[in-house]
Amino acid sequence: MTDTKHNKEFEYVAGNGLLDRRLFLKRGIQFGTITALASTVTQLLQAETETAFNSARPPWMTQPGKPFSLYGKPSEFEDDVVRFPTQNESVLGNGVSWSPLHLMEGTITPNGLHFERHHNGIPQIDPAKHKLLIHGMVKQDLFFRMEDLYRYPMQSKICFIECGGNSNAGWNSSPSRSEAGYFNGMASNSEWTGVPLKVLLAEAGLKSSAKWLIAEGADAFNMQMSIPIEKAMDDAFLAIYQNGEKIRPEQGYPLRLIVPGWEGVLNVKWLRRLMITDRPVMARNETSRYTELQPDGKARQFTFFIEAKSLITSPSANMLLKQPGLYQITGLAWSGRGKIKKVDISADDGKTWAEAELQQPVLDRAFTRFRLPWQWNGKKTVIKSRAMDETGYVQPERTELIKKRGKHGFYHYNAITNWQIDEDGYVSHVYDKNENQTLSDNSIDSSWD
Amino acid sequence: MKIKHSLTIVLIAVGINLVFAETMQGPGLGHAATIDEVAKWNISVFPDGEGLPEGRGSVSEGEVVYNTQCVGCHAQGGIGSAVGDQLAGAQMELTSDYPEKTIGKYWPYATTVFDVIRRSMPMTTPGSLTDNDAYAVTAYLLYLNNLIDVNVVIDKSSLPKVKMPNEDGFVKVYEVKETNK
Repeated sequence: MTDTKHNKEFEYVAGNGLLDRRLFLKRGIQFGTITALASTVTQLLQAETETAFNSARPPWMTQPGKPFSLYGKPSEFEDDVVRFPTQNESVLGNGVSWSPLHLMEGTITPNGLHFERHHNGIPQIDPAKHKLLIHGMVKQDLFFRMEDLYRYPMQSKICFIECGGNSNAGWNSSPSRSEAGYFNGMASNSEWTGVPLKVLLAEAGLKSSAKWLIAEGADAFNMQMSIPIEKAMDDAFLAIYQNGEKIRPEQGYPLRLIVPGWEGVLNVKWLRRLMITDRPVMARNETSRYTELQPDGKARQFTFFIEAKSLITSPSANMLLKQPGLYQITGLAWSGRGKIKKVDISADDGKTWAEAELQQPVLDRAFTRFRLPWQWNGKKTVIKSRAMDETGYVQPERTELIKKRGKHGFYHYNAITNWQIDEDGYVSHVYDKNENQTLSDNSIDSSWD
Repeated sequence: MKIKHSLTIVLIAVGINLVFAETMQGPGLGHAATIDEVAKWNISVFPDGEGLPEGRGSVSEGEVVYNTQCVGCHAQGGIGSAVGDQLAGAQMELTSDYPEKTIGKYWPYATTVFDVIRRSMPMTTPGSLTDNDAYAVTAYLLYLNNLIDVNVVIDKSSLPKVKMPNEDGFVKVYEVKETNK
């Protein structure tokens, strides 16, 4: 795959084989193969098929293909690209399903792979029977039927949603053994389209005392969350469409509040009520949960913003680099405060760093894809990515984050993730090399609702 | 310095959006909601007691409801299980290596207990408890956390008065930013 002639021409931009990010644009060089271990079976089956016919014409060229379909599905050969649910054994609709970030490319999450977080299942709502009530500190309490809302002016925004509890395995004392998406994939990125909330609030007529709004969902948990009114008047909107089609039931059909850049739980699904108030309601999910206990016993509350974060999605945990050679390091970065300004990558465990290529266009509060070519020499090493957003905020190392927040915050874990590649090419999650690994594994709170 | 800078950005962004909002007009299709309709829909309960309904419940009544409706997930005495939050029986402080975020140790407001019981519990049949049941279970949980005596009756006047030990245990990150400007 990589011959010495090519090696001589490589321009190294940082230690241990990191190459100029424009390399692939300059020359068409082949990548090394990165295999997810799970796909080995598929490869064996393919090999058998190949020996079964002699013609250069494969079977699918010897007969007509399938006819049209009403709604397209992924190839049957991609059936391992799925969400990974972890749920309450007693209440199956209570839990999460993780988006397979490590099996995807680009930046848009397909609707069927968007992460899920439900407190008590997915309501099956008939839009003809669904209404939104806006009431409280307004001049006129108003109901809006869905058929009313469909006639309102709409806007689109491509943005990520990340659950405040994403990557929370990072607080544990031992590194996760899951695939990258299956402990960091409570984040997804869609184009959402809907009605700006300020248009509806203007219709109801905000009173000057209005400071907060309480958003409530029509699910069995009947979840409510308090949101400052300035966010509602700034860029919050009521989404009806996701990536061009009506929102999926598990994402809040028929109506979801979107608060770009703010933690997932505030993006209330199945939205049915907005109460305008002068103070927060102090709901269960903004007091007993979704607050971050600090080492001094105080808890951070109303930590709305998602801070900058990045993650190498390939190569990543449980993948296999088959042989030394040229690889493309790729991953995702995002920030709830604005655009990603740059992503640095290290292939020598943080000793040296090189700037990755950012896929254009880089969008405000959206997934940003980064890539960098890398010449792996076959030796054991650690690769990692570090995001910086347009405010200048830099994603912290894990030890730095824990020094600041302790280990019992549970939410808003955004530290750098290290992937170790051993001599056999096997990739696994490791913590910072200077960390004291002797602590007991007590930080994750395992109960659900 | 940094806070000032980001606030400037926010103010500019809000300014742009207000201009944009003026150009964006809805068709005005909202339907007036009556006071009765709003009263039926609005079940939010605030820390000062706003939103609490009529009704009442005692610790002993709550124990009966708890042991039929709640014990399956939250276990005897509210000590929690793999499928239900620990609500009572904390042995460890919030500053320890094993903090237990029970109602008595962690929750800042007693009204939240009633609110979440009435709106969300029990998970298998949410909305099935009467207001009296919800008051009673609230009373029992407050009692289990040593926050009220066994003979206290919980209703809309007594519940907001229950003193929660961790009421001052929260730093409001968003509001702190606002007041620093």
